[in-house]
Amino acid sequence: MKRLALPLMAFMGFAFLYLPIVSLIIYSFNESKLVTVWGGFSTKWYVELFKDPQILGAAKISLQIGVISATLAVVLGTLAAFVLVRFRRFRGKTLLTGMITAPLVMPEVITGLSLLLLFVALESTLGWPQGRDMMTIIIAHTTFCMAYVAVVVQSRLIDMDPSIEEAALDLGASPLRVFFDVILPTIAPALVSGWLLAFTLSLDDLVIASFVSGPGSSTLPMVIFSKVRLGVSPDVNALATLMVLVVAIGIFLAARLMRPSHTEVNE
Amino acid sequence: MDKAKEALRQKQSQAPIIQLKGVTKRFGAVTAVDHIDLDIYPGELFCLLGGSGSGKSTLLRMLSGFETPSEGQIIIDGVDMAGVEPYERPVNMMFQSYALFPHMTVFDNVAYGLRRMKFSKAEVHAQVAELLHMVQLDDYAKRKPHQLSGGQRQRVALARALARRPKLLLLDEPLGALDKKLREETQFELVKIQEQSGVTFVVVTHDQEEAMTLADRIGVMDRGRIVQIGEPRDIYEYPGSRFVADFIGSVNLFDCSIGEEGEDFTILDSEDLKGSIRVGHGISGAPGSDVSYAIRPEKIALNRDSENADNEFSGIIEDVAYMGNWSLYRVRLDCGCILKVSQANLKRQDQTNLTWDDRVFASWSDTAGVVLPS
Repeated sequence: MKRLALPLMAFMGFAFLYLPIVSLIIYSFNESKLVTVWGGFSTKWYVELFKDPQILGAAKISLQIGVISATLAVVLGTLAAFVLVRFRRFRGKTLLTGMITAPLVMPEVITGLSLLLLFVALESTLGWPQGRDMMTIIIAHTTFCMAYVAVVVQSRLIDMDPSIEEAALDLGASPLRVFFDVILPTIAPALVSGWLLAFTLSLDDLVIASFVSGPGSSTLPMVIFSKVRLGVSPDVNALATLMVLVVAIGIFLAARLMRPSHTEVNE
Repeated sequence: MDKAKEALRQKQSQAPIIQLKGVTKRFGAVTAVDHIDLDIYPGELFCLLGGSGSGKSTLLRMLSGFETPSEGQIIIDGVDMAGVEPYERPVNMMFQSYALFPHMTVFDNVAYGLRRMKFSKAEVHAQVAELLHMVQLDDYAKRKPHQLSGGQRQRVALARALARRPKLLLLDEPLGALDKKLREETQFELVKIQEQSGVTFVVVTHDQEEAMTLADRIGVMDRGRIVQIGEPRDIYEYPGSRFVADFIGSVNLFDCSIGEEGEDFTILDSEDLKGSIRVGHGISGAPGSDVSYAIRPEKIALNRDSENADNEFSGIIEDVAYMGNWSLYRVRLDCGCILKVSQANLKRQDQTNLTWDDRVFASWSDTAGVVLPS
């Protein structure tokens, strides 16, 4: 009995976490038009899905937003991480540290609302951005994804022996060369995993996007949400399954790259 | 007198490769390095020896260019190093952690410095091969640092630091990360490589044994200042202060005051010993002024019977530590103070058979100890 306790508990934990997703995946292969009734195996909702211009358009927008904002977040987040790790103590460093990581714990509703207010205020005073579209979503996603990237890169930078950089400088490399020869290869896994994390977060986000999107710039989660409100159609299950797949691959790759032993023990 | 002459001759024969003039480094309110003046000559193996916080590492980092002096001048080979970036200095450094590039092979690590200079591919290849041969790592060129042992990494770091043929090589605790056996071998290897390459070495260490075996000259540092510079033997046998006597090796220190003075001897009266010590030379200092007397444990003899030596105190052995090649005795003298005495175990059988609670006479000649300012 005792031997079974641990596997049983693990099973129940996993079931609690993943049963809803598993049922979603199973029902995405449901023949029946009724979401709650099993009518045999079929992939027709996947076919249906790819015929739906609204969903395909939203998917394209979401992917574009995800790629652009993840890239911007990596650049800005890396800069922030460098400031946090490498600069000696300066006035307001603690404040900066807190503020960079604040978006991690800030309720999305507040982030979204405050960004919306900012965009409206900017438009009325500076005339930019004109209305809300993909651009405003990208800005919004970059700001909160940046925080995650900064944390990931920061942890990698802290682990890095500063004398490795000094050794490169000592051997005649200019600071720019040191960055490309030594720092970049060392933090590359963190950059990639930070990018994947940011991309996944951007792809997932519903709340913030809802605040800052305009007409014609509905993201995939927004389209799904509105479709479900009008009644659940089985093609949403298929779409959700595909999204779970994409996100799972992203998380898996990010975790793999961040494993500290990844670069050290190849043999 | 001889030493002064010799040093003068050395100065005249060669211009110093490093000149420090009043170099000071402050971190906020803390003065890490305090007005250091120092000349180091070409081809020397100079050791900066000091405890943690003595400023030795800060001094090294100022030579390599990673720290800028708050005051003073650093001149390397006639050029003032003020404003010269680390990557422009004719100086290379071997880091305590070795700081090998983890994502590069041994070959690329050693070649890194050469590739920053204008060398052809073939030249780089030839030079790296030569360097790897020097440190006996010919077969390891394709390995990554994590596939090497500690000693091999140390040698890669040395080869990499020597690759650019620096005028000056700085070594930060070069043997610190090696185990004791390996350390002994590497010490001699390091000296050999230094002699072969002819590069001036400045070694920073907290380990006095390391400093003694490696160095031509040692500079002992304490709280940001160099308190004594000299050859290893001079530092050990003629320490200039209580700090140096105590820091280098083991020593018995007694507070004394100058007593009777004769033609070729001086008598020191010691409160601690409740007796007097005879010193075989005159002392500059007025009778009655306070001095310290330092005597190394190995300069003292232990006997069961009185030998009528210049200095002799009786006591009881409190403790014996057998170290193999020598034994350390802690003798409680009649005055109550403890005297550390070490005796070499020259024979396999213990001749004297001294042990706990034995009554002994500790004796030493009037030239064995050193009188220091108190």
